[in-house]
Amino acid sequence: MTAYLLRRLLNAVPILIGVILITFTLFFVVNPPDAMARMQLGQKYVTQEAIDKWKHERGYDLPLLYNPRGKGLERWTRTIFFQKSVNLFLFRFGRSDSGRDIGADIRERMWPSLAIAVPTLVLGLMVNVTFALLLVFFRRTYLEFSGLALCVAMMSISALFYIIAGQFLFGKVMKLVPISGYDSGLAAVKFVILPIVVGVVSGIGSGVRWYRTLFLEEIEKDYVRTARAKGLSEPRVLFRHVFRNALIPILTGVVAILPLLFMGSLLMESFFSIPGLGSYTIDAIQRQDFAIVRAMVFLGSVLYILGLILTDLSYTLADPRVRLQ
Amino acid sequence: MTWVLLWTDALLFVLVASLLALGFYARRQEHLRRPWRHVIRSRVAMVSLVILAAFTAIGLLDSIHFRDRNSGEVLSLFDRWAEPLRTRMEKTYSAPFALRLYTREPVYLPDGRTVWVYPRLRFGGAHLTDPRQRGPDIVRTALIGGAKGLALWTLAFVTIAFARRRRPPRAFPWHTVALVCALLLVAGFAIGELSLKYHVFGTDKVGEDVLYQSLKSIRTGLVLGTLTTLIMLPFAIGLGVLAGYFRGWVDDLIQYLYTTLNSIPGVLLIAAAILMLQVYMSTHGEKFASIAVRADMRLFFLCLILGITSWTGLCRLLRAETLKLREMEYVQAARALGVSHARILMRHIVPNVFHIVLITVVLDFSGLVLAEAVLAYVNIGVDPTTQSWGNMINSARLELARDPIVWWTLAAAFLFMFTFVLAANLFADKVRDAFDPRRLEES
Repeated sequence: MTAYLLRRLLNAVPILIGVILITFTLFFVVNPPDAMARMQLGQKYVTQEAIDKWKHERGYDLPLLYNPRGKGLERWTRTIFFQKSVNLFLFRFGRSDSGRDIGADIRERMWPSLAIAVPTLVLGLMVNVTFALLLVFFRRTYLEFSGLALCVAMMSISALFYIIAGQFLFGKVMKLVPISGYDSGLAAVKFVILPIVVGVVSGIGSGVRWYRTLFLEEIEKDYVRTARAKGLSEPRVLFRHVFRNALIPILTGVVAILPLLFMGSLLMESFFSIPGLGSYTIDAIQRQDFAIVRAMVFLGSVLYILGLILTDLSYTLADPRVRLQ
Repeated sequence: MTWVLLWTDALLFVLVASLLALGFYARRQEHLRRPWRHVIRSRVAMVSLVILAAFTAIGLLDSIHFRDRNSGEVLSLFDRWAEPLRTRMEKTYSAPFALRLYTREPVYLPDGRTVWVYPRLRFGGAHLTDPRQRGPDIVRTALIGGAKGLALWTLAFVTIAFARRRRPPRAFPWHTVALVCALLLVAGFAIGELSLKYHVFGTDKVGEDVLYQSLKSIRTGLVLGTLTTLIMLPFAIGLGVLAGYFRGWVDDLIQYLYTTLNSIPGVLLIAAAILMLQVYMSTHGEKFASIAVRADMRLFFLCLILGITSWTGLCRLLRAETLKLREMEYVQAARALGVSHARILMRHIVPNVFHIVLITVVLDFSGLVLAEAVLAYVNIGVDPTTQSWGNMINSARLELARDPIVWWTLAAAFLFMFTFVLAANLFADKVRDAFDPRRLEES
């Protein structure tokens, strides 16, 4: 087990190197720091001194890959590549282009993100699985047909409309919850309810359809036929036998996205002005703060790879037939 | 009038041409015709197809561009056709079918006093002298338009019925298709007739007709949904099949490639690439002659990036399928007979994974159209000057906070987007049911 984990972690290293190379190429090679500085400082009336000052303050005035003026190892370390990209490996995110400590920001902002993402995931899972099971239970009836039609209709609506409609209905017309905002501690509850509800509802269409196919795949297997032949009632077959076995793909699917919950939801957080990592990223994109975008790209890839490893582990835990090798 | 060929136009027409060629090829292949017959027999699929075809026609008409001699603007054939809609700008917001503006304006009376009134619109219902005539006039105009549409429909379907009178009836759901066509034509002509006199969906902040914006947005959605696929297909098919067929280090390399790309959060990669494009465009301003070229470049680039981020899923599916296929007897036999790798891939592997490609392409389409709206919200979507449903929603979102609210832009964007995506989803479902061998057995 330990050996397996270790090997998987080592496998992640080349992938992360690849990610760093891609971001480095995107951010520094395609567009030299001069162009970035000019864009940040305004296009036309900007002097070379202002550009140099901007670059120096943020450490962009070093050579890209190789510094001929350094001594020994410094030839490689005193470069943009080393300072800005390799440091990410040690989770040293450095400072954003506007001068804030990115690491501290991330640690502070992940809690609001989790406060939205975790309940949305758990509730959404429960709602989707329940509806999917009901659809399977009533299969080949008009109830299933209309349920499926409703699902297709629901997944044809853009997430933006769910958010706008939710804010308008519950926030503005009925005044049940504040339209947007956030508060610390337990006072946050009234702010997170609406995003969670909207998140769950907007996921129903595709979620129910997906879980339904999982259940349908399971229902054709031999053990189900055996259970029916034994004379078990249909609810018992479905809710005990099929449900338990279908949990394996469901759980492993959930495990894969668990780490990514830290990243938060871009849309929800910025629509409801929740100070999480999602809105952090959006703000960075809109302010064109490249340092934050770079850090978030790296963080996202680490979490994705973590998700992959966790998925494989959860297979062995949930299904004794699968062995790690 | 000089024709202008934008990047996305050219690619869109390449796509249409290759689809036609593919259709022509598939006509002669029995194994390809059978699943399509399944699709054709389905009423839902045909209704969706008619709606999609109507949208596509508008989108293609909007993709033939030329430079107007008088104004120097880059316009499309659709713009020329919808000239009244495009040019009849009001001052600012007006509600659907309104006669007056949505905001009050000061009027200076000759005796020095100022009164605030809702002024009459410049074009919307300007032909009416008495505002009370509006209701009957709307009904009359709609009826005239509807009658025109009905006449055209009758003409078309009588011709078809006459031409096909000797053929035996087939499984094609003629009645349903005819009904949907009739509805579309009547509604379309009624709205068209009305839009000459009123603003059917109102006007937006700068007074532009919302109906015109919604119709223009079709092309953006269509381009994003289709060109992205066109860009991603060569990567996905080529790499996926190679990885599955050769295994070994080729497989390792390709797997590494797509795991790496997949691990970067999609939105962030798109954001980073769009940011870089903006920096590039602002430093190389001279290369982009006009706003239209610039906006088109950004649209094309967006397709490119979306294509790069989305080929990994299909690639993985194709790799798995090829791993299975390469052990099949017919592939083994071909290899034993000394057929070259390239020929085995082209003749035995690729045609047999084609159904997966088709299913993925049609399923992805609606997702891409929906993604456009989200990207527009994050400001990394299409150019703000390009009309798209995402941009419409984005600009109208804040207007909900106004009192009284401006709801029509959102409503129009919702209506068009929902119809388009719903039709695409329903059609995709039927195509998947017909082409997926596992699902075919169930039914």
